Amino acid sequence: MSIAVAHGHDADLIGLEAEHPGPAPKRIVTGYGFWIFLLSDMVMFSCFFAAYAVLLGQTAGGPTGAQLFNLRNVAVETACLLFSSFACGMASIAAEERNYLWFQIAMAVTCLLGLAFLTIEFREFADLVARGAGPSRSAFLSAFFTLVGCHGGHVSAGILWLLTMMAQVSAKGFRADIRRRFLCFALFWHALDIIWVAVFSVVYLLGSAA
Amino acid sequence: MLGKLTWSAVPFDQPIPLVAGAVVLLVILAVLVWVVLAGHLPYLWREWITSVDHKRIGVMYTLLACVMLLRGFSDAIMMRAQQAVAFQSNGFLPPEHYNQIFSAHGTIMIFFVAMPFVIGLMNLVVPLQLGVRDVAFPTLNSVGFWLTATGALLVNVSLVVGEFARTGWLPYPPLSELTYSPGVGVDYYVWSLEISGVGTLVAGINLVTTVLKIRTRGMNYMRMPMFCWTTLASNLLIIAAFPILTATLAMLILDRYLGFHFFTNDGGGNVMMFMNLIWAWGHPEVYILVLPAFGIFSEVVSTFSGKPLFGYRSMVLATMAICIISFTVWLHHFFTMGAGPDVNAIFGIASMIIAVPTGVKIYNWLFTMFAGRIRFTTPMMWSIGFMVTFIIGGLTGVLVAVPPADFLLHNSLFLVAHFHNVIIGGVLFGAFAGYTYWFPKAFGFRLHEGWGIASFWFWLIGFYVAFFPLYAVGFLGMTRRMQHYDVAAWKPWLDLASFGAGLILAGIICQIVQLVVSIRHREELRDVTGDPWDGRSLEWATASPPPVFNFAFMPHVTSEDAYWAIKRRAREGGAKELKYEPIEMPRNSPTGFVCAFFASVMGFALIWHIWWMVIAALIGAYATFVVFAWRDHDEYEIPADEVARLDRANIAARRELVTAAGSV
Repeated sequence: MSIAVAHGHDADLIGLEAEHPGPAPKRIVTGYGFWIFLLSDMVMFSCFFAAYAVLLGQTAGGPTGAQLFNLRNVAVETACLLFSSFACGMASIAAEERNYLWFQIAMAVTCLLGLAFLTIEFREFADLVARGAGPSRSAFLSAFFTLVGCHGGHVSAGILWLLTMMAQVSAKGFRADIRRRFLCFALFWHALDIIWVAVFSVVYLLGSAA
Repeated sequence: MLGKLTWSAVPFDQPIPLVAGAVVLLVILAVLVWVVLAGHLPYLWREWITSVDHKRIGVMYTLLACVMLLRGFSDAIMMRAQQAVAFQSNGFLPPEHYNQIFSAHGTIMIFFVAMPFVIGLMNLVVPLQLGVRDVAFPTLNSVGFWLTATGALLVNVSLVVGEFARTGWLPYPPLSELTYSPGVGVDYYVWSLEISGVGTLVAGINLVTTVLKIRTRGMNYMRMPMFCWTTLASNLLIIAAFPILTATLAMLILDRYLGFHFFTNDGGGNVMMFMNLIWAWGHPEVYILVLPAFGIFSEVVSTFSGKPLFGYRSMVLATMAICIISFTVWLHHFFTMGAGPDVNAIFGIASMIIAVPTGVKIYNWLFTMFAGRIRFTTPMMWSIGFMVTFIIGGLTGVLVAVPPADFLLHNSLFLVAHFHNVIIGGVLFGAFAGYTYWFPKAFGFRLHEGWGIASFWFWLIGFYVAFFPLYAVGFLGMTRRMQHYDVAAWKPWLDLASFGAGLILAGIICQIVQLVVSIRHREELRDVTGDPWDGRSLEWATASPPPVFNFAFMPHVTSEDAYWAIKRRAREGGAKELKYEPIEMPRNSPTGFVCAFFASVMGFALIWHIWWMVIAALIGAYATFVVFAWRDHDEYEIPADEVARLDRANIAARRELVTAAGSV
């Protein structure tokens, strides 16, 4: 792009972009706005990641990640979440096809896998607290519980949303606004997967190696 | 039952907050009683509280900012008065009260004056400038406003129920941790900002999506008015920076409520992590505020110089450069942390570099004015006052960006003078320019010119008299936030500063008088055409105030300064017969107001540890969400006849003016 001062009419067009066609359709606008929300959510997560990285070594004489993390548990958790994303993808296809039955089945599977993930996570947390490794034990554990718990909180909110979506589809069918909402839900659910991949790598893999 | 809340939370022994709170409460009650008795409640509910019209929401944001400006300014007056009398004495404000006042002053001025002011103006103007009928997410927009209002409400409740933070406007740990701030003050701070922060984020998402996805035909990026560009940049910063604030305050909350160790002295906590995180939000925040102001000045200077903006492309580039560089300078707020010469040098250089695009902008405005036919109206006066004042503030900023100099000036009143210099001279003057400039668009009549100019001079001179002495006492070694002092050399400077605050008070009184006089003389000040200033962008192409649908026909843009081009063409060609069509607009919704109600209850309950109420409010919020999601009709239709009636009236008014001008 040239920085030259130009007020000519031809200079108004950058590159290949021709005349702007006007406002985008609703589906695009909604999806776009939700993408931006997800980006902001990732910025928030990145703060918790940063805090975790800063406080990783600050165990205050308490246990380290290597002493606490059970990778087998985490592998099952990860599998649950990834498969729930797959099921969510199936629900998207069913919604595209307007297949009510398969949509509800796929959503129910998504929900169950999400709940399984939450159960495992909750048991891990409860176990840590019972062993005296709760979040107030050390700065490292504070950061760990906050980062992983924030993701878990998102999954819980997602499940609430998911159930609301199922109820909405059964009450209102695949109306355009319901489909837009489902699009946002699917984006949200997949984004939680991406964040989990980062949690898995940074917290659990690097943490158990340390 | 009520958690930590008891009658002892009400400061019966402290007359100042109690009387102030009682007066505010009385005023609010009186207004409410008047509204109900005069039968305005249905109107208010229908036309304002549940409105999802971006113009109405913009006006409400601005109104909130103006009201909170009075609150923040009364804090300022008390501080200046205290420092004027507190030489070798305790003054009239005890330390714990004084500390709350400076904390509340900063918090209110940044979060509940500057932020809602610029967001309000962006909401009001940007869709009009883009030539469209609405923002991307109208109901969400209303939610955002009401959540901001919730934050403001909670801060003000702290005046009478409990206390406010005594930590400064950014609650630095370990002072803000439970060990050293066991009261509810910091809790008021964190929860009101968490809630209003969500509102701000929502506004940011809405405005970015609007600018990027909802523009009229032909409104290419390089044809957008500069205010749209700065809105885009500012809201991109909101999206990238506000989550950092949310996360940082969440960590502080966890420390305070659940015994976590993010920023504590013990358990391995890291205090400097708070400074880094909070300023990683805090510095972009400065540009979130000032970029829209730059946009306003661009519009004002161009309009009142009768010329297109000089160096449009360099202005766009400078705006986006500031947008990015603003994320690389945060460490200059704590050079004294001791990060070492390399780190300090890098951030010092980045801080100086960011002055370059700002300098580009100043030159662009000057060259826009050069050889123009300048009209010295109130908005233009604010703009010129800004240019002079902001340059001085910018230069002192570059001075403190030099790490060795900063070691001497850190936390001195020199710093206080510097940031007031840029925030009053930049953001507030910009907000006032925008307020005067777009007031006729919002309400259909202009503000009184004489009182506006008077207010400008009081503010400008008052600003210099109030803050230049602070540079001097800063050099004399006075640190900020002192409740009393024993150095005789500071006393005359602080007296002078108090006098300056008095001049600013006169400026504010002029603004109030201006508003009252303008409302009373609204028929003489009426803007019948919708284009009172001979404007250049599309907001002037519709009536004042615009109909709810903004434009009967979405304008087709063919160049920069879209409305200027339309006017030129209209002068050449005749009018053609128009075929009006019905318009779909979003329905009003009480969702925002109800959400904010539950958010207020939840915030208050969290502050006072009333857990059952927190759960009840959460359930209420979720129920609101479901009820809103269950709606079947979210739009209504305005019939073509109605559209035609409104549009023809405006066209006739404009034609009349052109004919009248032609006959002179």
